[in-house]
Parts: sequence; structure tokens; C-alpha cells
Amino acid sequence: MKKFLNIALPKGRLGEKVYDMFERAGYDCASIKENSRKLIFENEDLGIRFFWVKPSDVAIYVERGAADIGVAGKDILLEYSPEVYELLDLNVGKCSMAVAGKKNFVDDRTKTLRVATKFVNIAKNYYSSIGRDIDIIALNGSIELAPILDLSDVIVDIVETGSTLKENNLEVIEKFVPISARLIANKSSFKFKTEIIEDITAKLAEIVG
Amino acid sequence: MDNILNVLTAEEKISLSLRALYNENGYSQYRMSKFEEYDLYVKNKDFLVSSNVLTFTDTNGKLLALKPDVTLSIIKNSRDIDGVMKVYYNENVYRVSKGTKSFKEIMQAGLECIGAVDNTVINEVLTLACKSLDLISKNNILVISHLDIISGVLDYCGLNINDKKQVVKLLGEKNVFAIKQLCEDLQLSKENSILVQKLVTVYGTPEKVADAMRDFAVNVQTGKAIAELNEAITALNNAGFKDKIIIDFSVVNDMKYYNGISFKGFIEGVPTGILSGGQYDNLMAKMDKKYQAIGFAVYLDELSRIGG
Repeated sequence: MKKFLNIALPKGRLGEKVYDMFERAGYDCASIKENSRKLIFENEDLGIRFFWVKPSDVAIYVERGAADIGVAGKDILLEYSPEVYELLDLNVGKCSMAVAGKKNFVDDRTKTLRVATKFVNIAKNYYSSIGRDIDIIALNGSIELAPILDLSDVIVDIVETGSTLKENNLEVIEKFVPISARLIANKSSFKFKTEIIEDITAKLAEIVG
Repeated sequence: MDNILNVLTAEEKISLSLRALYNENGYSQYRMSKFEEYDLYVKNKDFLVSSNVLTFTDTNGKLLALKPDVTLSIIKNSRDIDGVMKVYYNENVYRVSKGTKSFKEIMQAGLECIGAVDNTVINEVLTLACKSLDLISKNNILVISHLDIISGVLDYCGLNINDKKQVVKLLGEKNVFAIKQLCEDLQLSKENSILVQKLVTVYGTPEKVADAMRDFAVNVQTGKAIAELNEAITALNNAGFKDKIIIDFSVVNDMKYYNGISFKGFIEGVPTGILSGGQYDNLMAKMDKKYQAIGFAVYLDELSRIGG
């Protein structure tokens, strides 16, 4: 059996952008652009195999070796701290991890701050680094609702343009980590498929510039 | 008699052959009780792979723990004797698994050399690590790093203890871009920044890195470390493992406990390292022991999946 290099890409717009970068780097796979229900796309000549997974799952596929390399947002890497190599900042999917709240929100430090977020670990780490006592309200979506309904005082979430916040009378209080897509690799795969992974990294690095 | 061997699973066969290997090389088996005083682990919490420890109260009110680790017990029970105490173990340890977040019983094998650790001892341990990997699968690689080179280079560049910690973490991720950024933030000179980045970019077969390694010879500490590493490489070459070793400084261990040579073994098809070890003189000193120590552990639980 031929040994393929398995590449996990995040489903969605970011993933398509990233695939285009792979294509420009010479690692293409024509069948991926066909509209089909296939889950896995192979280019036998190059010995590579792409598959789309939920963006937040890419790190798991790579950490557990089902994918040798993959592309994941820095937010996911910070939240789950997977045991992987972070080889390259692809400089796409750029946004920030930020604290946001109602306009004119003032933090009353005599009270525990209620923080609603999808990123429980990131929020905990951030507030412990600035020595602020908090309560975490873990949500899976529509985080912006939380401060409006007084479920929380602030939210910790990804902010790209901030327009959703503005429309709901919320504003960014502080951006604390820049986020972008990263090329990650399984630590064991890197040892046995070094050459091809190095080549992909180098060629993608050229495109990123 | 042959059919007795057929009953054994691949995992059991490997575990027996590892024991035979260590036995042949003059290591004696270390047996320990399932329990240990909890105190031992609290004092050295960061040394453990996972900080959770399964505890219970003994009839006399003492807090005991189901052992999450073997090395600490071996050190605790070692005496400051001249020469080198060589032991191996094959024990169950109790740790929280990352996936289920619940306690699991994990079979672990390994060996420790405690006493006057010199190059001969280091080389012997590395050779046994290679031989252990070979017993598991021929498609293996031993990745070797030297913490004194990392530490020495970072000291030379004037990093304080917190910055060092950060660089070491990024080094473990091979995150050269973040390291470059950090060096800029710390306003390191261009030469020093490049030197720090080289800790990530210089890796590969000993032949490939030989020239670049000389750049790390910036002070007495790294000079000594490079010589030690080179001697180990020569010893492994002579033992026939030339094609099985890679130098890579992304193998990092907590420098509070470890120093000197650190290494990790990988098997093709197993997503995580299967063997992990290094020299841990700092832990010995923390536990008020006079001598040095080096050893490694093989994580046998990962083997069930490779089969045969």
C-alpha cells in the first residue's frame, strides 16, 4: 500500500482559501473542486490525501495521527493545547481573541466578573494572567446574547470586524491575542515523513511571504 | 512449550523481551508496592505526566496514593552509594487519560541508572533505548536533544528565567515564527535572534547537523554539552544505530527536573512518542540525593494498536 500524507483542512471559506494555497504550492488535488459527496480526495502522483473536517476538530485529527498535517486556527490551538508542531503562520483567517461587553461597561472589581465564552480555557488563562476573579459561563453559540440578557457581564470571543457587536450595541473592551490559521503537524509523522512535510512548509512559507 | 508463547499478546511479548534485554545488560528488577505516600508526589507535582493522583486514607490516617509514576519511588529508595545502581521496572501506574478525563491503569516499563553518571552510562542508556525501540518495531527513530545546549544558548543571549520558559515551550512546538517574534519583542540582537531560531531549524541526522552544531558552542556549558552529545552519537553509530537517530532540540523536558541529554522514541504509525527519557540531576538534587541519574520509560499502553 502506498503511504499517503494525510492533510486535514477546515471546512468552510477559510479551508477553501487554504486549499488554494496548497494548490499554488504545487500540492493540488483536482477532484476536490468537483461537487461530490466524497469525504477524501487523493492525488496519487503526489502521494497526498485531503479531507475536510470541522475546523475545531482539525487539531484532534492531527494530534491523534489520523492526519499527518492540517490547518487549524490559533484559537483552537490555544483552547485545547494539542501536542502538535506549529510549523507556520499562514497569515489568513486573521482576527483577534477579544473581551467585549455592553457599551460603556465598567468593570466593578469588587464583584466576580461573569464571562460567557466558547473558549473556556483561553478565558480562564487570560483572566488569571491579569489576576481577575471570574465565573465562566460556557456557551456554544450566539455568545453576543449573553451580556444583552444579563447572563454575563462580558464575553470572550473571536472578533473579526466587530460589526455583529456594533449592531447589538456591544463593543470590544480589549483585544488580547491575534488569531490566524496555522499549519500544524503530528509529532510522530514529522519524524517519518520529514521531507514532504518540510517541502510543503517551505513552499507555503514562500506564498505567505 | 511453543503454544505457551502463542497465548501471549503482542504487548505481553514486547514487555517480556524488554525485561530480558534489561536483565541481560545487568539491570535488576525493581519491585514496588502499589501505594506510596501522597507527600512524595505533591512535592514534585510538575514532574508527573498528569498532576492528578488517585488518593485514599490508610487505616492510620496517612494519605496514600496509587502510584502515578515509578521514577520518584526509585529515587526515594535509592541510597547514596558509590558506583551506579541499575534497575528496571515493569509496573502499572495510575494516570488520568487525556481523552476520557478519568483514571486509567497504564502498563509502563523502563530503567533508571542512579549514581555517578558519566558518558559511559549515558551511552549505555541511549543504546538500550534504541534496542528497546528495535524490539517494538524496526521502523523507529530515537530523537535526541541536549537541554544544556538549549539552556546555555538562551543564557548566552541574556534571557531571564521567564523568557527562557516561553522559548522552551515554543521550541517544543517547533514554532519558529513565534520565537522570532518573541526575540524581536525582547530586543535581542540580530545574531542572537538567529542563534535562538537555530534551536528550531537545526535538526536532522547527526551528519546533517554537524556543522550547524558548532554555532551553539558559545560558552563552556554548551561546549561541554556538544562534546557529550557527539560522544553519544559516536557510541550509537558504533552500536549500529546510525540510521535510527535524529538530533532535534524540540525534545524538551522541564528544566526544573531535567538537564543534559533528553530523548524520545517514535514508532511509525503510533501518533505519540512511545519512549521518553533523559538525565534528571536537578530532580535528584531536589530530593536531597548526592548523585546524578538518567533513565527512560516505555509506554506499553500505546503498543496494543500496532499488533505483532
